[in-house]
Amino acid sequence: MATAPKAKSTSGKKSDTGVSASSKEQLLKYYRDMLLIRRFEERAGQLYGMGLIGGFCHLYIGQEAIAVGMQSIAQEGDQIITGYRDHGHMLAAGMDPNEVMAELTGRIGGSSKGKGGSMHMFSTEAGFYGGHGIVGAQVSLGTGLALADKYRDNGKVSFTYFGDGAANQGQVYESFNMAELWDLPVVYVVENNQYAMGTSIERSSSETRLHKRGVSFNIPGEEVDGMDVEAVAAAGRKAAEHARSGKGPYILEMKTYRYRGHSMSDPAKYRTKEEVDEVKKTRDPIEHLREKLAAAKVTEDELKAIDAEVKSIVSAAAEFARTSPEPDPSELYTDVYLEAAQ
Amino acid sequence: MSSVEILMPALSPTMEEGTLAKWHVKAGDTVKAGDVIAEIETDKATMEVEAVDEGVISALLVEAGTEGVKVNTPIARIGEGAGASFATPAAPAPQDDGVSKSVRQPEEAAPAAVAKAAPAPKPALNDPEIPAGTKMIRITVRDALRDAMAEEMRRDGDVFLMGEEVAQYQGAYKVSRELLQEFGPRRVIDTPITEHGFAGLGVGAAMAGLKPIVEFMTWNFGMQAIDHIINSAAKTLYMSGGQIKSSIVFRGPNGAAARVGAQHSQDYSAWYAQIPGLKVVAPYDAADAKGLLKAAIRDPNPVVFLEHEMMYGTEFDIPDVEDWIVPIGKARVRREGKDVTITAHSRMVGLALKAAEELAAEGIEAEVIDLRTLRPLDHETILESVRKTNRLVSAEEGWGPMGVGAEIVARVVEHAFDYLDAPPLRVHQEDVPLPYAANLEVLSLPSVEKIVKAVKAVCYR
Repeated sequence: MATAPKAKSTSGKKSDTGVSASSKEQLLKYYRDMLLIRRFEERAGQLYGMGLIGGFCHLYIGQEAIAVGMQSIAQEGDQIITGYRDHGHMLAAGMDPNEVMAELTGRIGGSSKGKGGSMHMFSTEAGFYGGHGIVGAQVSLGTGLALADKYRDNGKVSFTYFGDGAANQGQVYESFNMAELWDLPVVYVVENNQYAMGTSIERSSSETRLHKRGVSFNIPGEEVDGMDVEAVAAAGRKAAEHARSGKGPYILEMKTYRYRGHSMSDPAKYRTKEEVDEVKKTRDPIEHLREKLAAAKVTEDELKAIDAEVKSIVSAAAEFARTSPEPDPSELYTDVYLEAAQ
Repeated sequence: MSSVEILMPALSPTMEEGTLAKWHVKAGDTVKAGDVIAEIETDKATMEVEAVDEGVISALLVEAGTEGVKVNTPIARIGEGAGASFATPAAPAPQDDGVSKSVRQPEEAAPAAVAKAAPAPKPALNDPEIPAGTKMIRITVRDALRDAMAEEMRRDGDVFLMGEEVAQYQGAYKVSRELLQEFGPRRVIDTPITEHGFAGLGVGAAMAGLKPIVEFMTWNFGMQAIDHIINSAAKTLYMSGGQIKSSIVFRGPNGAAARVGAQHSQDYSAWYAQIPGLKVVAPYDAADAKGLLKAAIRDPNPVVFLEHEMMYGTEFDIPDVEDWIVPIGKARVRREGKDVTITAHSRMVGLALKAAEELAAEGIEAEVIDLRTLRPLDHETILESVRKTNRLVSAEEGWGPMGVGAEIVARVVEHAFDYLDAPPLRVHQEDVPLPYAANLEVLSLPSVEKIVKAVKAVCYR
């Protein structure tokens, strides 16, 4: 029986998180970025219900603090790669919400011209390398991005995200081995939301403390309260410094929770409503941040202004995604091959 | 008292000859089982040879330093003593550590069809890429591939090689010989045995803009990595609306070697040739191996490059020109003929050419088309030929159903139906996993004889 994550972050001790060190501006930015993801995802859920989004659609609601906290410590040129629950990472990385939403609706204005869909989006500009639909594949690919960083000696870091489900894929450990063997600058961010689709981590994993999964490869790892954006940022900063300084990979296990089902078609019967409500009530990353904002003397008006800005961005994205045309039939045969230079 | 001959042993599944590097015994010496009597160099390794029984060496028949000693050639004679017989390979020579995985017990000569494979052919009648008067040099397919990688690595700092045993070991099949010495460990990377993982790392590095060459020790092991080849490399350009390219070459030996059984003997031509987003290349001779590999490395798309272990040691003439490149996507007419078209790729081209020679002796002039690239398939060259010959036989090493031949026949029927004077035939591996037994292996694989038979059938002869 799965239980809601407990706040027992090892790095989340007040002394390391720099809770009091976050400036008011930083707190407001966290708030704005997390709220954007939440409102965006709520709207995506609505559009799915209206039949405007097809196929699989995996929402990030509940996990916002992770993508936002990690992005806050990333540097220009660092790479991000994740699995199919990718909308939050894209928004956090600065991709245009219009393009992301229009990709969900399969329109030409989408970031992949409508040819990728929810699970397959990319932006070289934002350093976002997908968006991958095969569970665990992004871990090898992300390690390869780090191989390229090391090859070029460019001081960049690959932030490679995966879930508790992917943590049982063999290629994850093949990648861990090479990453440590070659000191590759990769931070593995395990978003442990407790459920691999409908299978709780207790039912799927002989060792549920996923931050220990690097032990036999000598990769340091730690557990982080993934519902606390400041704790995420503090742990991320430490891990990124480790990787960037040439010491090799680092594993951060983010204890988190997804509020919605695995995908839009999942009624989530494998957990109780009480369990979900308890997390929402006691651990919600945005509510948690609101308390800190109040302590930092942020006024209701300031928050309302952000709420209004986010609402307007999301409405515009939904409108764009609805009105952007479907790709021209001529797009069917484009982007299969690149022309070879002669 | 009968004397017994010690024969040159086969030290690997595909070894046909080797160098007798050193004798540890001389005539008159008494040897007993387990004594090291000689060192033999193959193109893969240096191996010690032990006596398996006791006796007195009565004569050494091959001088130390002799190159090109064929397997099963008598190399020494044991006179007195109880039935000393074959030498057997022992532990690897000390200077070549870690070689033991390629040690095989001496075996009978490779099956005839295999041993006679790929006779060094005469230059093709028409090769549009080679200007008249070009100086030719003799080179093995192995070295042609090596040179292609070395030249491209010199040309472009983003090109690097990764795979199992590619660096310190110098390549499981010695295709990457001396690359580590020239380019260093940053660009020639030994990986753990972890195909799924390192193929994924390669694709990730390619997404970041590098140009990896990922070597699979054989394509059989590459099957562990097929998800990254297809889902990650082939599809991402499309799924990203043209944003993420993967300029990457996956290469290694494909198809059946000799006597290595079903799991190590599979032709993946049809598997990969079905995938949009991939280019698939399968060269036959050294010039194409070099020119096409260079083109593959420069190509901005993911390329599956299918080599053949049985061809690595075969020598061919190759044009001695700077920067020899063969464009991907063009078939080559290896032999002209008016009566029937035979299509083939990789090692099968050699068998098709041999079949064409035998057929010529019986008055049938076969045109042999070397496909060279399977995706994109140059069907224009095939159609043009069939419109002339009106008959078609396809030869491939893989299985028939859903295969390369099936595709070629479908295209010919679709585009040149009215030109056909007989139903096309396909020659391919029998529809079973490749057997180990020598006789069954021969029965299972395509052969010159099977091609000849199919050609006669479509010619109603």
